[in-house]
Amino acid sequence: MTGMTLSEAQVPIADWRDFLALTKPRVMTLVVFTGLCGLLVAPATLPPALAFTAILCIALGAGAAAALNMWYEADLDALMKRTASRPIPAGRMDRQAALHFGVGLSFFSVILMGVATNWFAAAILAVSILFYVLVYTIWLKRRTPQNIVIGGAAGAFPPVIGWAAVTGDVATLPLILFALIFLWTPPHFWALSLFVRSDYAAAGVPMLPVVAGARSTRIQILLYTLPMAAAAVAPWPLGLAGPVYGLAASALSLAFLVLALRVLANKAAEPSGMKPEKQLFAFSVLYLFAIFGALVLDRFL
Amino acid sequence: MDEEEIRRRQRGRAIVMAVLLGLFVILVYAITIAKMGLYSS
Repeated sequence: MTGMTLSEAQVPIADWRDFLALTKPRVMTLVVFTGLCGLLVAPATLPPALAFTAILCIALGAGAAAALNMWYEADLDALMKRTASRPIPAGRMDRQAALHFGVGLSFFSVILMGVATNWFAAAILAVSILFYVLVYTIWLKRRTPQNIVIGGAAGAFPPVIGWAAVTGDVATLPLILFALIFLWTPPHFWALSLFVRSDYAAAGVPMLPVVAGARSTRIQILLYTLPMAAAAVAPWPLGLAGPVYGLAASALSLAFLVLALRVLANKAAEPSGMKPEKQLFAFSVLYLFAIFGALVLDRFL
Repeated sequence: MDEEEIRRRQRGRAIVMAVLLGLFVILVYAITIAKMGLYSS
């Protein structure tokens, strides 16, 4: 750096807020909530400090995966209106800094989870980060319209990790919760990708509406809603949850199904006419929060 | 980006890092106490 002032340096100096943005804090709220619910419904308890650390590690792991996703997808993000203002495409952060931050945070979250709770939970956390980065982001996203179907598994891990942090193993209930989020992800993302289709098309991402068209996507949304609803209600007849959860899950899943049918009936090709899709997307977030909230409520009643 | 802005960002990052390290020390202390409680019961 001899003879060069700081302001002449080519590498941008990112603000700490840019590092925070790299972790996608809004997406993290759902991850943290489902992880917390997995931890709360497990058939044992952890001391508060360890429970807090387990949830912190799930949040940090999700943040690390998001940072590595933004590192790899900086070129795509620059092409889409929705993502162009992220730290790397906006030129506020060096790509290398995002990579170092993501890798460092990944190791930190996994090691802390292992030390504070158990190494089984830490291993699942590591698998979930690697799955999101390697399988979804690097392998599938740019290659197949089924990207979100298989990649959705990465977001389904938190309740399993929360459960494993307490018990040191997995059981039927966390596996059903995994299936629920896994089956919820395609309708959730396809509803979004229908009304931001032009963004994905501009970036060349083979999302289902871009490759197969709106009609086919609307049919797929309904087709995934049916097993998703079955997975949501399943803990009740299996005796893993009580009627409070069962009735809440049934009512919420019915509402989801009605919205999916309204999406199927919609013929609009432009985002301005896609009110049902926007409603389904907004409701899908509420749906997952409410289902998991009902499960915890049911456990403590 | 002017030099003053770069210094401001570096200072901000240093402060946040210091706070996070302080919180981490407290967290490790709390984890240790909780683990001692688990093993002694």
